[in-house]
Amino acid sequence: MTPDAEQAVAAAVGAASTVVPVGAGTQREVGGPVPTGTEVGAPSGIVAYDPAELTVTAGAGTSVDELDAALGAHAQECVLDPRDRRATLGGLLAVGLSGPRRLRYGPLRDRVLEVRFATADGRLVRGGGPTVKNVTGFDLPRLLVGSFGTLGVLTRVILRCQPRPALSRWYRAPGEPDAVRAACLAPSTITWGPDGTRVLLEGHPDDVDAQAAAAELVALPDDGPAWPDAPHRGRVSVPPGQVRQVGAGLAALDGVVWLAEWGVGTVHVGAATEDGLADARGVATAAGGWLLRESGAPTLDGFGVALPASEVMARVKAAFDPTGKLAPGRLPIPGAGVAAPGVVSGGRIGGPARA
Amino acid sequence: MCFPASPAEVAAAVAVAARHDRPFVARGSGTGLSGGATPVGRPVVIVTTHLNRILDVDPAARVAWVEPGVLNLDLSRSVSHLGLHYAPDPSSQAACTIGGNVATNAGGPHCLASGVTAAHVLALDVVLADGSIAQLGGLEPDQPGYDLRGCFVGSEGTMGIATRVAVRLTRDPTVVRTLLLDFTSVEAAGATVSGIIAAGIVPAALEMMDAEITRAVEDYVGAGYPRDAAAVLLVELDGLEAGVAAQVEEVRAVGREHGARSVRVAADERERALLWKGRKSAFGAIARIAPDYYLHDVVVPRTRLVEVLLEVYEIAEEQRLTMMNVFHAGDGNLHPLIVFDAREPGVWPRVTDAGDAILRACVAAGGVLSGEHGIGLEKRDAMPLVFGPDDLDAQARLRDAFDPWGRANPDKVLPRGSRCGELGVVPEGAWV
Repeated sequence: MTPDAEQAVAAAVGAASTVVPVGAGTQREVGGPVPTGTEVGAPSGIVAYDPAELTVTAGAGTSVDELDAALGAHAQECVLDPRDRRATLGGLLAVGLSGPRRLRYGPLRDRVLEVRFATADGRLVRGGGPTVKNVTGFDLPRLLVGSFGTLGVLTRVILRCQPRPALSRWYRAPGEPDAVRAACLAPSTITWGPDGTRVLLEGHPDDVDAQAAAAELVALPDDGPAWPDAPHRGRVSVPPGQVRQVGAGLAALDGVVWLAEWGVGTVHVGAATEDGLADARGVATAAGGWLLRESGAPTLDGFGVALPASEVMARVKAAFDPTGKLAPGRLPIPGAGVAAPGVVSGGRIGGPARA
Repeated sequence: MCFPASPAEVAAAVAVAARHDRPFVARGSGTGLSGGATPVGRPVVIVTTHLNRILDVDPAARVAWVEPGVLNLDLSRSVSHLGLHYAPDPSSQAACTIGGNVATNAGGPHCLASGVTAAHVLALDVVLADGSIAQLGGLEPDQPGYDLRGCFVGSEGTMGIATRVAVRLTRDPTVVRTLLLDFTSVEAAGATVSGIIAAGIVPAALEMMDAEITRAVEDYVGAGYPRDAAAVLLVELDGLEAGVAAQVEEVRAVGREHGARSVRVAADERERALLWKGRKSAFGAIARIAPDYYLHDVVVPRTRLVEVLLEVYEIAEEQRLTMMNVFHAGDGNLHPLIVFDAREPGVWPRVTDAGDAILRACVAAGGVLSGEHGIGLEKRDAMPLVFGPDDLDAQARLRDAFDPWGRANPDKVLPRGSRCGELGVVPEGAWV
């Protein structure tokens, strides 16, 4: 990709009256409905990769598969782990969904060092910086992660990489997931569901063996548990201590399959019917959490919950997209698209576009 | 100046400031190094040091709710019996507050593997500039909408005041090994840093000290550092037995390959503590050399570390200043330390000129202005070195969305003219 390609994205965004950022389409059904408008994609390709820096610069349209192949050649990885590896970096960051190794490696947002994005008025803006440690200015990269394309269209990102573990192996645990957590220093994933507890251990082979022995784990021949698959899918987010309650609630529902990330608080849910996913949302809400619609369930609200600190969010939205042209409806921002910049900002923000 | 003792009192103080349309500045222990908490103009100064309770510790969830005035080290000490600690460990950790750490997005030697403050803050109760209270983030892994928690951390008090913080606690590693490697040139030490990372090792900490500071520290604490070394590396590896043992051998091999004269592995916890005492006493040690110091904080790509370090020495020579370097080499985070006597006539312009030259050298090498101290007042006017007008405008929009009234610690971080259409804008091109 070239800087010109990014400028072309910015020009397209600036010219369109309604912008629909698109990647590989793997997250299209996540959250609020995709509006109709001008579809804008990001350039793809790896721009710079120096294994000794443990960072990689790539077009936001680059697929996770392509990134993995480049990093894998140097025994490195960037922990993204989407369900569908055709997903683009920009799409993945826009929906902000962390993969199942979050327990050990932290959320997606911690891996983004720098972003470049096209603004509603057609400019290219850069936030963050290329170094692995940086507190220069406000954290635009974190703001963009999970913003569903409603603040700008990502064109280029710099991500943090890490050495690939020498060994990754899945296990079945005979007992409770808490026992695994106590016995193992840093398991990469612990799943808990109707089929019991599964564990992913990564690291030096001798350490993996020793940890497995200490927790009385039984090695599995496969790649671990299957993520719930059904016509209607969502993910529950609850405080980690509430996962057991959510599991009990989901187990009582007909036609609902689920798998929890223990210690994280994410519960993946699949339902045979749209009503089933709505019932699962009820279970999540009762446990103090919420359910994000990930696919199917076309008449179900994408989020089913009011946004916290919604006044500030509305002001952020108005500051970056005063006319509400970017991915309208993808996030339930109160007043998005109708806010007059002068009212929201007292005249200080959301002013006329820079020439 | 006020010392609120509850979140409600913080909100009340902010509300009073709002009623009189006066700016306010939050302040913790005042250990910040970039002037972020320095009152400018006539603000209401809201000191959070009386909000110093650890409210709740949940060992199963590994989360603690704390008030902003809790000292960083006190938090780690209070959970050590649970086999847990709070990972960010700035040098001032015995004195600095969690609230200040949140404001500056503070780091420390052990942030190489575990990340800076932003990776360890889960949720915040904040008082916004109109006196209203909001919760940002949460204990559930994801929240719907924008990551306001992520924006607030590192915003240096310009988006509001945190009154309650939920932090992630980290399990103590099973095995910790600390090594001291000694070199006859900074180039060799720098090449070893790159070699360690290239070997697929991300140590828990990877610190470098140059000749002058090594000697000063050794004279001060007697940690057994080689007084004739051109540079030493302090490397800490942690995790599980086999992995750590293998990494110790690899680090030893990489060091030898680049000409390390000696590789000392701390035999026990006492020796490990002694090696760290040397590193952590660096700023005390220099008081024996000169009464004043100016500590910088810049980050460069790790592969350009040596090149920039040599430039730093050249700058010191040009300005006829003593410059020492003790820094987080593993993540390219340089801390040039200018040691001087402020009573010496004409020294200040040389100190500030040297600082400016260091910033420019780092930016020219693809670096950034700050890795962990923040921008505050100190580097505010250098922001255009790394950000263009559109980038600064976007940051101003974010800041103003939190505080449209411009009352929360104004005049920090963003230089005048950041907002498009703002009066006094410096013409494009005049900045760089």
